[in-house]
Amino acid sequence: MIEWASTTELFWDDWLPIVFLGLMGLSALIYVVLDGFDLGIGILSPLVAKEDRDLMIASIGPFWDANETWLVLAVGLLLVAFPTAHGAVLGALYLPTTAMLVGLILRGVAFEFRIKGPMKHRRLWDTAFFSGSLMATLSQGYMLGYYILGLPTGWAAFAFASLVAVGLSCAYVLIGSCWLIAKSEHQLQQTAIRWAIRALIGTAATMVLISAATPLASERIFKAWFSFPNLLWLSPIPFLAIALTWRLHTLLKDTSNETHTAHWYDSGRCWSPFAITASLFVLAFLGLAYSFFPYVVPESLTIWDAAASRDSLAIILVGTAITLPMIIGYSIFAYKVFGGKATPLTYS
Amino acid sequence: MEALLLARIQFAANISFHILFPTITIALGWVLLYFRIRANNSSDPGWIQAYRFWVKVFALSFAMGVVSGIVMSFQFGTNWPGFMETVGNIAGPLLGYEVLTAFFLEAGFLGIMLFGAQRVSQRIHTLATFLVAFGTTLSAFWILVLNSWMHTPAGFEMRDGVAYATDWWAIIFNPSLPYRLVHMLGASALTCAFLLAGISSLRWLWKDNTPGIKKSLRTGILMAAVVSPMQVVIGDLHGLNTLEHQPAKVAAMEANWETGPNVPLVLFGVPNEQTRTNDFEIAIPSGASVILKHSPSGVVPGLNDFVTADGGIMHPPVKPLFFSFRIMVGIGVLMILVSWWTAPQVWKHNEPKRLNAMVLVAMTFAGWIATLAGWYVTEIGRQPWLVTGILDTASAAATHPVPLLGLSLATYLTVYAALLGAYIYTLYHLAKTTTRQAERELDPSQYKGAITGALS
Ligand code: HDD
Ligand code: HEM
Ligand code: HEM
Repeated sequence: MIEWASTTELFWDDWLPIVFLGLMGLSALIYVVLDGFDLGIGILSPLVAKEDRDLMIASIGPFWDANETWLVLAVGLLLVAFPTAHGAVLGALYLPTTAMLVGLILRGVAFEFRIKGPMKHRRLWDTAFFSGSLMATLSQGYMLGYYILGLPTGWAAFAFASLVAVGLSCAYVLIGSCWLIAKSEHQLQQTAIRWAIRALIGTAATMVLISAATPLASERIFKAWFSFPNLLWLSPIPFLAIALTWRLHTLLKDTSNETHTAHWYDSGRCWSPFAITASLFVLAFLGLAYSFFPYVVPESLTIWDAAASRDSLAIILVGTAITLPMIIGYSIFAYKVFGGKATPLTYS
Repeated sequence: MEALLLARIQFAANISFHILFPTITIALGWVLLYFRIRANNSSDPGWIQAYRFWVKVFALSFAMGVVSGIVMSFQFGTNWPGFMETVGNIAGPLLGYEVLTAFFLEAGFLGIMLFGAQRVSQRIHTLATFLVAFGTTLSAFWILVLNSWMHTPAGFEMRDGVAYATDWWAIIFNPSLPYRLVHMLGASALTCAFLLAGISSLRWLWKDNTPGIKKSLRTGILMAAVVSPMQVVIGDLHGLNTLEHQPAKVAAMEANWETGPNVPLVLFGVPNEQTRTNDFEIAIPSGASVILKHSPSGVVPGLNDFVTADGGIMHPPVKPLFFSFRIMVGIGVLMILVSWWTAPQVWKHNEPKRLNAMVLVAMTFAGWIATLAGWYVTEIGRQPWLVTGILDTASAAATHPVPLLGLSLATYLTVYAALLGAYIYTLYHLAKTTTRQAERELDPSQYKGAITGALS
């Protein structure tokens, strides 16, 4: 167990690993928000008729590839900055990693095959799209659960990881619905609002269970949160989360009853459920980040143990400092180009 | 041992599947840019037709490349932890730069290139097409830097069994990079050229006479005719470079057992590692000496030099190298013959003859076979090393239980086989529906019935 005093000392001596932990976390967070809504749409896609399904998939068609690249960056940074941890984590999570990859494969190719293949195969590829999205989501949640616990074995860990898998699925469905609220109109938008309400309740319920179980499952995390004065300055995180959840719930309830002005439904304000959900993701992420620090593999490897040669890290940092702003810039440009309500996609 | 074998098969299966698609997209991106620019500056509807058809092929291939590439980036951690632990300080930054400079670039502009034609100006759309093509080429550059460094490591020092970079310039421009990069780009151009020519010929044989077909066919054939002889020259130079740095690999490619002058060029034979000779050999006297040393008396290294005193084999397995090399070179020669035989016809008459077209259809995927064969020569030829002289393959492998590896391998193989089938079928289907649509537009009265397959 590392004490805070020694952590701060290490910080000033050797800050590159911390920067890379931050970058890795940032790209994981961006991934979870961006591909989260893609995967959520995938999970929701069987619930509607063909036209609406086409529109839902068209709403993410131009983005999913770039969104997925944040995962490649997060894993790449883990590989690059903390090579030992990369082997330890992915080795221990071999099976769920494989399941996630197969899920991402099915989801990714289905975009193309469902449109370009013959009509009679479309049902098949729609199924691949749905099951790939679900499989990737469940395995990501499951991996996260094991990771939180420090990669143990046994039934209790399995149960906890399964709970996190369910929770993450609810969260992805929530953010997927919120994306759709912003990108769709009329009937589909109303349907999305109803989906969002249910997903929000599911997410909140599993979050409560997970939050309750985490300190029981990990003594270290329990101490990190429930000791004085930590408790005091950490308290904004849960309180803010509760307030935002409440706000989102009332907003969704109101809009589902059409008490909002007609203007709300197609103005920029229909982005607010998405923005609130994304903020909730950020809060959850901060909570997790605090629980882990300074470990890359909880309970066994700290970032300083696992980091690659500082010279190599410096080389990548230079590249990151130059390219990351550009990447963010042209990503925003791409989102702008396809802004507004979703329309069917064409190549011409 | 068994676990190592499974891990190797899994890696080979994944990378073999992955490379099929970048091989197409690297060159097809530039071809699309060419079609796009011609369409901007010409009233001929052929260019935009060609663009619209091939952009779909590009989108499909790109998606296949992306999903299999994601698998690749996890493979290092799941199956080869020793790789990053030993050479991570060098491999890491190279992979990092690939993600930051190349993957984001291509993924970021792909959406605009595919679906944005109506939403941005023609200039921006052309620019997006350029950036996607540039991005794919850049990603080939970075990954080939890493791969070449694994063959001919330079610019580093070993401390406590871990490689540390000393000179990034030497790492990036390591001795085999220029040859491998140019040869791979050539392979991509040829694979794409024969795909263009093959599918266009198929549609031509279906009596599709739309101008877009002739543009694609012509572009493909001329590309093939120009690049195929260049590929032989570059391949030869690549081989000479390999002779200098990895002589055991060349000895295995040539199936030459004893070092000496006047080494024959084995045209056919079956290398036999037990007797350490070739069975059923047909050879050109002194041929290998002439090719590799440009003189009959040139001394060519033999495999027996790479056997240690206690009988340990320090050269790669001979049979796979020997045969893969012949498959690649055979297809290379065939590509020259076919493209030079067809080019004058297509140049003059803007149309192939029936026989030309049939041969081209048969060669649609010839580039894939040659590319895979070439990579097998390269990669198997590096064995038993993973990084020449630094890290052997066995020490890098993870120790997963055999059933676990068996399960993941079986899963990947099933998914890949299904997807490969679906990919080829979908190309065929795209060609068919586009041709039907063209027929309908030419003679609407005959095609009242609904056609299957939505084209969007
Ligand atoms: C369309 C594909 C294609 C064609 C027609 C050829 N090649 Fe090739 N070859 C490749 C595609 C390829 C490749 C897949 O791209 C490789 C694997 C690694 C590399 O850099 O290129 C390769 C590797 C490769 C190597 C191995 C180098 C090494 O690993 O050290 C040699 C010696 C040659 N080639 C030589 C030739 C010659 C003499 C050819 C004459 C016909 C030829 N290749 C045609
Ligand atoms: C893209 C085309 C490539 C193909 C078709 C290919 C194919 C292969 C094959 C067949 C093997 C197995 C050799 C053996 O075990 O005897 C292998 C090994 C390996 N290659 Fe490649 N390779 C390619 C590119 C790369 C690149 C770019 C890298 C690295 C960045 C790489 C890294 C490795 C590693 C780590 C192994 C060890 C696993 C093993 O020995 O099986 N390969 N490759
Ligand atoms: C071990 C080796 C490799 C790894 C880890 C790897 C990883 C990846 C990843 C993660 C992607 C998806 C990028 C995205 O999201 O847009 C990708 C795509 C791509 N890769 Fe690889 N790759 C490897 C080998 C190769 C080789 C040998 C080449 C070419 C010579 C290559 C060329 C490309 C290209 C051009 C793309 C763009 C997508 C496409 O055109 O299909 N890769 N690769």
